[in-house]
Amino acid sequence: MTRTFLGMPATAPRGVGHLRGEEPFPAAARRALVDAQLRRNLRHATTTIRGKSGAVIGEVPDWQELRAAARAIKTDTMARLPELLEQLEAAVTAAGGTVHWAADAVEANRIVTDLVGAAGADRVMKVKSMATQEIGLNEALEAAGIEPVETDLAELIVQLGDDRPSHILVPAIHRNRAEIREIFLRAMPGVDPTLTDEPAVLAAAARRHLRETFLSTRVAVSGANFAVAETGTLAVVESEGNGRMCLTLPETLITVMGIEKVVPTWRDLEVFLQLLPRASTGERMNPYTSMWTGVTPGDGPQAFHLVLLDNGRSAVLADEVGRQALHCIRCSACLNVCPVYERAGGHAYGSVYPGPIGAVLSPQLTGVADNASLPYASSLCGACYDACPVMIDIPSILVHLRGQAPHPRAEATAMAAAAYTMDHPALYAAAQRAARLSRLAGPRGRGLPPPLSGWTASRDLPEPPPQTFREWWAQR
Amino acid sequence: MTAREVILGRLRAALGEPRPAPAEVPRDYRPAGTAAADLDLLVDRLTDYRATVHRCAGAGVARIVDAVLGGRQVVVPPGLPGHWLPGTVVAVPDDDLPPERIAAADGVVTAAAVAVAETGTILLDGAPDQGRRIITLLPDVHLCVVRADQVVAAVPDALARVTPHRPLTWISGPSATSDIELNRVEGVHGPRNLHVIIVD
Amino acid sequence: MRIALFVTCLADTLFPEAAKATVGLLERLGHEVVFPEDQTCCGQMHVNTGYPDEALRLVRRHVRVFAPYDVVVAPSGSCVGSVRHQHAAVARRAGDERLAAQAEDAGRRTYELSEFLVDVLGVTDVGAYYPHRVTYHPTCHSLRMLRVGERPLRLLRAVRGLELVELPQAEQCCGFGGTFAVKNADTSTAMLADKMRNVLATRADVCTAGDASCLMHIGGGLSRLRTGVRTVHLAEILASTERSETVGERQRLGVRP
Repeated sequence: MTRTFLGMPATAPRGVGHLRGEEPFPAAARRALVDAQLRRNLRHATTTIRGKSGAVIGEVPDWQELRAAARAIKTDTMARLPELLEQLEAAVTAAGGTVHWAADAVEANRIVTDLVGAAGADRVMKVKSMATQEIGLNEALEAAGIEPVETDLAELIVQLGDDRPSHILVPAIHRNRAEIREIFLRAMPGVDPTLTDEPAVLAAAARRHLRETFLSTRVAVSGANFAVAETGTLAVVESEGNGRMCLTLPETLITVMGIEKVVPTWRDLEVFLQLLPRASTGERMNPYTSMWTGVTPGDGPQAFHLVLLDNGRSAVLADEVGRQALHCIRCSACLNVCPVYERAGGHAYGSVYPGPIGAVLSPQLTGVADNASLPYASSLCGACYDACPVMIDIPSILVHLRGQAPHPRAEATAMAAAAYTMDHPALYAAAQRAARLSRLAGPRGRGLPPPLSGWTASRDLPEPPPQTFREWWAQR
Repeated sequence: MTAREVILGRLRAALGEPRPAPAEVPRDYRPAGTAAADLDLLVDRLTDYRATVHRCAGAGVARIVDAVLGGRQVVVPPGLPGHWLPGTVVAVPDDDLPPERIAAADGVVTAAAVAVAETGTILLDGAPDQGRRIITLLPDVHLCVVRADQVVAAVPDALARVTPHRPLTWISGPSATSDIELNRVEGVHGPRNLHVIIVD
Repeated sequence: MRIALFVTCLADTLFPEAAKATVGLLERLGHEVVFPEDQTCCGQMHVNTGYPDEALRLVRRHVRVFAPYDVVVAPSGSCVGSVRHQHAAVARRAGDERLAAQAEDAGRRTYELSEFLVDVLGVTDVGAYYPHRVTYHPTCHSLRMLRVGERPLRLLRAVRGLELVELPQAEQCCGFGGTFAVKNADTSTAMLADKMRNVLATRADVCTAGDASCLMHIGGGLSRLRTGVRTVHLAEILASTERSETVGERQRLGVRP
């Protein structure tokens, strides 16, 4: 473990958690692209959410001003992150909570496992949380003989289906109602065998299935959407009420939070609570938001633990261009507008953070070499930047990270040669004339070797013109 | 060396010296106090998210509670105004009731701390007329009484009215999910029926 | 007005008709066009593929070549986007603040064609004639980097004889993305397939855009499938007149694959 060097920003360790895929994006995407059902499910879901989100954002006259404020608040937060975390720690502690610090996934998993063990529990209920997915908490709990129960509907679908999440907000976005029904019939104990695929019926089945768990489980694990340094207040934004169950019913609550989730002041919430639901689920406000500050005697958990997680975030902060990826509030608007995500789906990204934000966040958390294909998993169309409620310039970070990615040797040679040629107009003109020889590559370029055959597999090359523009100009 | 020291040291190193300048936050959006509360908008927004809205004068609350929950078991927070409850309901006062008992009740009646017109949201802050968080969570019907003077225009107004030092629950319609094909479906773990009585 | 043409390496090499049309159009509108012959490539491909160090020399060249001109016009939203939004960053990354300042200055003097026509020259009717059914694809960098918005459509609506049909889901990327089309060929093709489906649904004869690169991509797909739908750069449409249309132009368009 890398806890020897004080002051050296560190990436997330290998061998734990879910930030690294098993194969490069193009290979994983290739498989997803031929799955007609997946393509249909993703198209339907992303089209639906784009329409809903656009409509409720259109109701807000000061949307751009809110975005600008959010960006500034996050920029300010990152510039003062160490002090804000110390302030948060003091406020939470003063309110009766206990703060733990985890340098990486291994430490965080150990802290949570120890706390559950100390509470004498062999089962925990969980509110959907990206941070705990990132660190592989469920696997760590299971290894310690503790059963984690996911209570978010989509997480439950993923867990019962022995599947992997593919979206930040809706981890089961790749499943349609018919598939969800099949999963419930197969894996949900005591489910009504006459279950239909009506969404309301499926939701009711989840309600029955989890009720007893909510009432009898003594420890819950949550993430956090926001933590206010000034007051020590934590906020969880949700829809179903499973969050309220986990935050209210157990004796012990353990919240695992990425250190970038802190915001300086109570007032700052007025910005994010307007942006997040409209950008995320396309609602004016999500059904439930819970806020708590430490422990409230007689109401809710009487033991509260906050685990502050680094796991590569300090390395992201160290990159002046890339650090704005830490501004992300996990709304997933960038996924929903991304033409690459819509077609390839979330699993192709390998990491728990898919889509455009994942393509900039995962490589930075792990070091670009460990996720080298992700910065290229974008056509740089810019739809993500426009959709982002906190104005993260994802295309610019993608380009920036491409500059850090290891390059194939042949490509690097060709790029250097091209730059040299283009810096010498005479050579450049000669190369243009040579390009005309591309006719030799066969009709419409079909004889080209890899990687250029990637183009001609589905697209003709244009016929080279008889004369370049500069030749025409010279003769004019 | 503790993990705390490691992380704080890493972050300080990541930011380098000189530190990035603190950013000025442009708050050019509509701040608290921009607009007056619009009760009709609140009704529209609540209804849009499948809450049932009732409006009445102060004396009319009990009659509506009777219409919704008459003859049924209703959890009652300790500070609920007595005249809101009709004689027809079976009141179950929350004197630290066990969860199973709360879950077995048919409904709950509470006041609210604030309501947000623009988003159709009611806020509970755990005051005696609203009670512990658990009582508005387990019963399947939540009937919430909002006074007109508790309605504010927008989210910034609401945050300015409540204190972070009490547990806060923001409620916008009945329990719902968007997890199946990203369409909103009402009725998962929280109360499947939300009634809001606006007292003019 | 004296206008320096930033031809872009792609139009220069593979799509000279778009560049020639830009020259013809601007001259027809009464302006002087010059072509700084030492220009080559803005370096966008290098930057976007992860070779900012190699791009630096191209940025330096571009800035130097266009320094003497007050107005620079290119028939490409993407290349103008690179000049405006990437050059200074490439210079800064290399620690060259002076070059960065010069690049920012160059960016302010560089216009995409439709921006230049509508904003600088203040014209929307350029006197063109193009009797075809046309749909317009707003390329991503024109749309989201430069925010050209309705400008190309206003220009197209003023073209006599032209029947403009709206492209469904126009704002979706065609899947080109430079080397993305090669590195992620399968995903790129899936995006292209949807773009072509939408183009074909318009039953247009011509798909136009302000970028030769995206048109090369869409056109390459339409050609592969023998759809018979042509891709034509916006400049070529705006340069067409009754005269060119009745003689050379129609003939030329007719024989293009």
